[in-house]
Amino acid sequence: MGFDQYHEPPQELPERTRTFARLCASLTEEAEAIGWYEQRLAVETDREARAIMLDAQGEEFKHFCMDLEFLLRQTPLWREIARGILLQEGDIVEHGEESEEAAVEGAAERGAPVAGSNSLGLGSLRGVAS
Amino acid sequence: MSHLLREHAPITTEGWQRIDDEARERLAPALAARKLVDFAGPRGWQHSATALGRVQPLTMTPGRGITAATRQVLPLVEMRAGFAVARAELAAGDRGAEDVDFDDLDRAAQQLATAENAAVFHGWKAVGIVGVAEASAHDPITLGDDCERYPRHVAKAIELLLTAGIDGPYGLALGPEAHTRVLETSEHGGYPLLEHLREILAGPLVWAPGVDGAVVVSMRGGDFLFESGEDISIGYEQHDADAVRLYLEESFSFRVVTPEAAVPLA
Repeated sequence: MGFDQYHEPPQELPERTRTFARLCASLTEEAEAIGWYEQRLAVETDREARAIMLDAQGEEFKHFCMDLEFLLRQTPLWREIARGILLQEGDIVEHGEESEEAAVEGAAERGAPVAGSNSLGLGSLRGVAS
Repeated sequence: MSHLLREHAPITTEGWQRIDDEARERLAPALAARKLVDFAGPRGWQHSATALGRVQPLTMTPGRGITAATRQVLPLVEMRAGFAVARAELAAGDRGAEDVDFDDLDRAAQQLATAENAAVFHGWKAVGIVGVAEASAHDPITLGDDCERYPRHVAKAIELLLTAGIDGPYGLALGPEAHTRVLETSEHGGYPLLEHLREILAGPLVWAPGVDGAVVVSMRGGDFLFESGEDISIGYEQHDADAVRLYLEESFSFRVVTPEAAVPLA
């Protein structure tokens, strides 16, 4: 079994980061599978075979979404950026630029932890009730 | 692996989660300075000093015709508060116990927050930190024990700030004794003193362990600068058969840019 999902020596990575990397690899595999079914469906003419593949692709949609939701829950900044882009009407690139700017600036203002930090993430407490 | 060596502790992922959650819960109410002053960072554990943008001219130079100066910086201070957690309590937490004994962690969290507040408001000479109260350009207003007079004192402090051209909103850091008196007091007519003070300030009133008396500060921004290197984190020290020794740690510097922007109430 390979350990290709790790870019750094696994023994040096915290458990949380290893889990994160596994789910990133899983997300990639689900996206690949969605693409493969899309191609098969484009050329398949047998009705029953198409129905099976559509059902299988639906499974991959579900897996992809579950992987993504897990990763977003682990990464507040990613979640914040995704919130401004996913399931929105309008210009995707524009939403992306605006969402990233707002989320990154907001995180910096709140004193969000440096990437990879183990801090408690307290930062500024302005606006927190006494 | 980070210098906190968390991976060496005999603590499960869920156990670490419980410890971190408990620490956050205990620290947040007590970290008064972070509710009132500007917070920059965290810059990371490797960040060692805050640049002040000033130089100290040198009289001795290694060559003729040379002028030289050293850059002035404010070093970050590392602050730690150790605590222990019984391994039996960690195991109980892993089995689902809701009442894990984190008393020693709670004590350490209170100590660290109190020290941070004391450094910000009253200074720490050994590390070059001048506190908000001691840097103030205004004479202290006597607070006294009669808290029905507190609104008058706070209003006077705000008048001093306005006269000096310092805008609001304003915040009030209240030491524990003064805070308790405020909470216990209703003015004539039963109106809570706490609410009256908040209305005068148009800003927060904060419980501030480590503060003697009280301090009114402007919260317009740019006057009081807290720079975080490593924000408060929990690291691993050692363990034996009975307990795991951990510590809360942070690194920071603090400086007052506008001494006119605060009034101490002693």
